[in-house]
Amino acid sequence: MPTPIIEFAGVGKTFESRAGATEALKGISLAVDAGEFVSIIGPSGCGKSSLLRIVGDLVEPSAGTVRVNGKSARQARLDRDYGIVFQTPVLYEWRTVLENVQLPLELAGRPRAERRERPPALLRLVGLEEFAGHYPWQLSGGMQQRVSIARALALNPSILLMDEPFGALDEMSRERLNQELLQVCAETAATALFVTHSIAEAVFLSTRIVVLSPRPGHIDRIVTVDLPHPRSDKTRALPRFFELVTEVRQSLREDPGRADGRAHHPGGTL
Amino acid sequence: MSRVREYAPAALVLVLGLVLWEAVVVAFSIEFYLLPAPHVIVASLQETYPVLVEAGLYTFTEAILGYALGCGGGILAAMVASQSPAFAGLVLPYAVASASVPIIALAPLAIVWFGVEQGSKIAIVVLMTFFPTFVSTLRGLLSVAPQSLELMRSYAASEQQIFWKLRLPSSLPMTFTALRACATLAMIGAVVSEFFGGPVKSLGVYIKSTASLFQTRQAWSAILVACALGLLFYFAVALVERLVMPWHFERREG
Repeated sequence: MPTPIIEFAGVGKTFESRAGATEALKGISLAVDAGEFVSIIGPSGCGKSSLLRIVGDLVEPSAGTVRVNGKSARQARLDRDYGIVFQTPVLYEWRTVLENVQLPLELAGRPRAERRERPPALLRLVGLEEFAGHYPWQLSGGMQQRVSIARALALNPSILLMDEPFGALDEMSRERLNQELLQVCAETAATALFVTHSIAEAVFLSTRIVVLSPRPGHIDRIVTVDLPHPRSDKTRALPRFFELVTEVRQSLREDPGRADGRAHHPGGTL
Repeated sequence: MSRVREYAPAALVLVLGLVLWEAVVVAFSIEFYLLPAPHVIVASLQETYPVLVEAGLYTFTEAILGYALGCGGGILAAMVASQSPAFAGLVLPYAVASASVPIIALAPLAIVWFGVEQGSKIAIVVLMTFFPTFVSTLRGLLSVAPQSLELMRSYAASEQQIFWKLRLPSSLPMTFTALRACATLAMIGAVVSEFFGGPVKSLGVYIKSTASLFQTRQAWSAILVACALGLLFYFAVALVERLVMPWHFERREG
């Protein structure tokens, strides 16, 4: 058995506030293997993002442990084992597109030659080489998010953490970026943990889909996506694609505890 | 071409204002010592030109030196204070409150402390420009978007890297807002402090002494020189701002 890249063991998260304690996550145990693309889907407020942020050591779990590449999440962060893509692109407005992609290389103190050569190659990978000298505001939302993906790949991380990266985009851009993301993952052999609201997006991208229950989020079900690779527009037309979408949707609906209807609408737009 | 179109209305207003001024003085036959007509001021400017250039440079030097020390000190102090948010929280309210203190009221005392020459004027300008620059820069350094900080954290960036690559560049717009305002303050501070005493070859003393002798033409031409130097200073700072933050301006114009 190979060691899993990411391993959750009984992870829970409770947020303390003046209004009292809110239990966001409860008893999450899951192992993600190398090269997997695992999506986390669930109703709003079920702690999907928190789960991702626990892996990235941006918040601490209240219970349980996370091992990343056989290390603590903190050590993995200090070793710069992962690249993260947030809901918004989080580009620095005073840096050009190229300089934004360069940032992780500078922070990691990589040699000058690498700092010069790698960013243009990464921009080529996301199809933005002509925009290297532009400032972020000159780009559309979809292009900005592609820059942030290129930046996340800068240090060739073994893990990509993505927190609803395409949530703010229109359906067309989202589908195109889904396709690009799969190519990028295939080329870089990165393991991906992907939080989304969209059922179709999860089915298209993933090898496995983790369905979380409403708060406190726990794993309701894990759907293995047995669609053939490489995936393309044709994949979206396969009967099996629709079956899987239906399966995920039903697991989201079945939960008797859920009162939050909002989670349905983005996923429901197939 | 677009620049011309942009500034044409303002230039037109200036010309119309001058024409109106000239017309009012002539129409109501206002005594020249109450309000001289623009052409009289220009004529006087031509006569007293050498004196005014010397006085202007003298005062301008005070403004620039005071500005450099005050703003430079303000930026450095803010950089130091930002290292400890607790300390920053302690001094910030006092720095903000200092904005409502009429620092110019200290000008007579500054003469006692630093002498009647340029030193006392520079000291007043330093005090006038230090606090606004300090407050704006400190606020800029401390108010960084949480997500931008999180990105730094995810890359295990050191505090130093966070400071130089995130806090400092993101504080620039606020710092420059203060630097532009202080350019104006510096010139005001220098001229007004000279009213309380100084050598004859300074704009403030020249304005005060000519006005008290009812030589209002000379006073007005000195005021004109003070205005021109103030504007020059302001636009020089604005130009530097553009060069330092190209991303900021291309966006506004784009």
